[in-house]
Amino acid sequence: MSWAGKILRVNLTAGTCAPETLNKQWARDYLGQRGLATKYFVEEVDARVDPLSPANKIIWATGPLTGTMASTGGRYSVITKGALTGAIACSNSGGYWGAELKFAGWDMIIFEGKSPKPVYLCIEDDKAQLLDAGFIWGKSVWDTEPAIKARHQNPQMRVSCIGRAGETGCLFAGVMNDLHRAAGRSGVGTVMGSKNLKAIAVRGTKGVGNIHDPKGFMAATVAAKKILADNPVTGQGLPKYGTQVLMNVINEIGAMPTRNHRDVQFEGAKDISGEAMHEPRKTDGKPNLVTNQACFGCTIACGRISKIDETHYTVKTRPEYWGASGGLEYEAAWALGSANGVDDLEALTYANFICNEDGMDPISFGATIGAVMEMYEMGVLTKEQIGIEAPFGSAKALTYLAEVTARGEGFGKEVGLGSKRLTAKYGHPDLSMSVKGQEFPAYDSRGIQGMGLTYATSNRGACHLRGYTVASEVLGIPIKTDPLVTDGKADLVKAFQDATAVFDSAGICVFTSFAWTLADVAPQLAAACSDEFTLDELNKIGERIWNLEREFNLRAGFTAKDDTLPKRLLTEPAKTGPAKGLVNGLPKMLPEYYKARGWDSDGRPTAQTKARLGL
Amino acid sequence: MHKSLYINPDKCTGCLQCEMACSYENYGVFNPAKSRIKVFDFHHSGRKVPYTCTQCDEAWCLHACPVDAIQLDPATGAKIVLENVCVGCKVCTIACPFGTVNYVQDTGKVQKCDLCGGHPACSEACPTGAITYIDADWTGLERMKQWADKLGNQPHA
Repeated sequence: MSWAGKILRVNLTAGTCAPETLNKQWARDYLGQRGLATKYFVEEVDARVDPLSPANKIIWATGPLTGTMASTGGRYSVITKGALTGAIACSNSGGYWGAELKFAGWDMIIFEGKSPKPVYLCIEDDKAQLLDAGFIWGKSVWDTEPAIKARHQNPQMRVSCIGRAGETGCLFAGVMNDLHRAAGRSGVGTVMGSKNLKAIAVRGTKGVGNIHDPKGFMAATVAAKKILADNPVTGQGLPKYGTQVLMNVINEIGAMPTRNHRDVQFEGAKDISGEAMHEPRKTDGKPNLVTNQACFGCTIACGRISKIDETHYTVKTRPEYWGASGGLEYEAAWALGSANGVDDLEALTYANFICNEDGMDPISFGATIGAVMEMYEMGVLTKEQIGIEAPFGSAKALTYLAEVTARGEGFGKEVGLGSKRLTAKYGHPDLSMSVKGQEFPAYDSRGIQGMGLTYATSNRGACHLRGYTVASEVLGIPIKTDPLVTDGKADLVKAFQDATAVFDSAGICVFTSFAWTLADVAPQLAAACSDEFTLDELNKIGERIWNLEREFNLRAGFTAKDDTLPKRLLTEPAKTGPAKGLVNGLPKMLPEYYKARGWDSDGRPTAQTKARLGL
Repeated sequence: MHKSLYINPDKCTGCLQCEMACSYENYGVFNPAKSRIKVFDFHHSGRKVPYTCTQCDEAWCLHACPVDAIQLDPATGAKIVLENVCVGCKVCTIACPFGTVNYVQDTGKVQKCDLCGGHPACSEACPTGAITYIDADWTGLERMKQWADKLGNQPHA
């Protein structure tokens, strides 16, 4: 079984909490977490709904392997219509919260409506109640979690919440849990805030005890853990350097988006890399990195725990920032650093702390600052408007803007619109490095061609976690392909997208896919849930989920025209590195992709495709 | 010859595989709320520290129990709770200076680490070697070796 078999429906307008039996057929067809919650969502919500209206819903969902001994089995996702994108949004987080919800006996929570006043949901096993959030509204994530634990006199509670960014309408606010883990992208935290929902506190003491074949499950998970331990990426690279292992690698191959994608290599990359985080600082002789950390159940442990140099300008007089907390992952280091030409590791770490403290996606934030700095250098935005001089490379501008955006103050309100709306407002929409309103992550698609197609077709807007062909094109996983060519990328992107949908729906971390294929996941799911989860079945489920999301976006008003990239990537060739002279070859790849997907030339799944997938 | 759990917090990543293994071994459920070993996350320092019973020779819990429900397992040296004798009075939870005996609402009894009869599930599940099960007389061996290396394993000047 392995699903709890029970979901919680919370009507925020009416202030009610009601249990429901999980739809078993949908669980079989869509697995859990991303897939299953999306199925519930699209069945219940009109695709044309305003994301910030009470008619939008928002779901917290676990997978069947969440809360089990499967490695990385602690994930949850937040599913809604994204505030930033207007597309289906599904943001995934680790930490400990997801497992705690499962241990309390719930697979997912569906929130509908809007509360008349700020509330938080408190779950203690079967008991779920909405409580007044007056004492935490207006507080950061870092103040909210301890305040809730103190109020309930229960340090073992886990808290998923928004900070001030989510309350003040920043369109890329994330949902945070365990202080520094994030369901970060697409503005899922903004939707939460729009409903006057501050937090979900959970204590679960029931556990997961309904494994279909316990002995088989223990054998399958032990074997799968050994694969992770023996793999050089998951066994060595990620624990030691985290995802930051990529900084120097991606820079060398000329796929490091720099200064709002003007350049594809950053001269300061080595100073903000995973290696640099290990180096003793000149000032205090200590490295930025304190230790690595695992999320619940994870035997990889890629998380970074950092301390900022106490003498750094950002924190010199503020000891509250001297403690250890979530440090730079590659995406944050890139978005806060290379995207803006900033090479001050301590400033980036501070900006990252601020993103965590108030629940803000560092990718969209950093990439939006890239657009701000470009417009500043063009003279479109002035020091008076921004509140500080903001040329590329200015750490002070970055950290100042992080503070005001996180709190919804001054020019931070405008940054909080995200790059698409901000650049449009000032007459330069081409400077937004985004797809479907969501900013790019840390791979320039002129240097890694397949990622251009991944971004253009991602159901939640530009994203690396919807089809990470970097694994193949750069790292050679599962097979090496040439990052500079478009040939074969349509099939590659489809395969990665479909497989990723399964990882995201199972309750495990997609980083396991550096070492596992679905053939390694299938035996774990079969033993946990049901023998019907074979490799073939999982492939089909992944493709079904992808098409389900696509159909929602089409109903929401997106068309093939939205499957595109900013002009810069299609017309301005890379200036340096192995990709010098190249633009992204999307026009060639996209029709091939539609064909591989069984979609018509307008990017719509054909009747035949839908029938094949049972949609 | 008895063995002891030896915990090295430097190696702990906070994954809680040990807590799940413990609850699975004893209750057949993945449930950290029922684990007899707990990992503490000291956020401010970034350190994670697993903690459980050290199996005291003169065990406070054993001496405090009014019904002799806590007894020595001669095979392992563990102090084990006899569930059929325990009356759930919780005096042992007060007597233990370390907090490692705790009441379980579901059973109405107390629970503590019993070393799984000599095969501690936590140690087997730990992916980083932060929890090992070693010769009870030589829990200091690894640290002695580190100092020996530092002080004596250098070429003479």
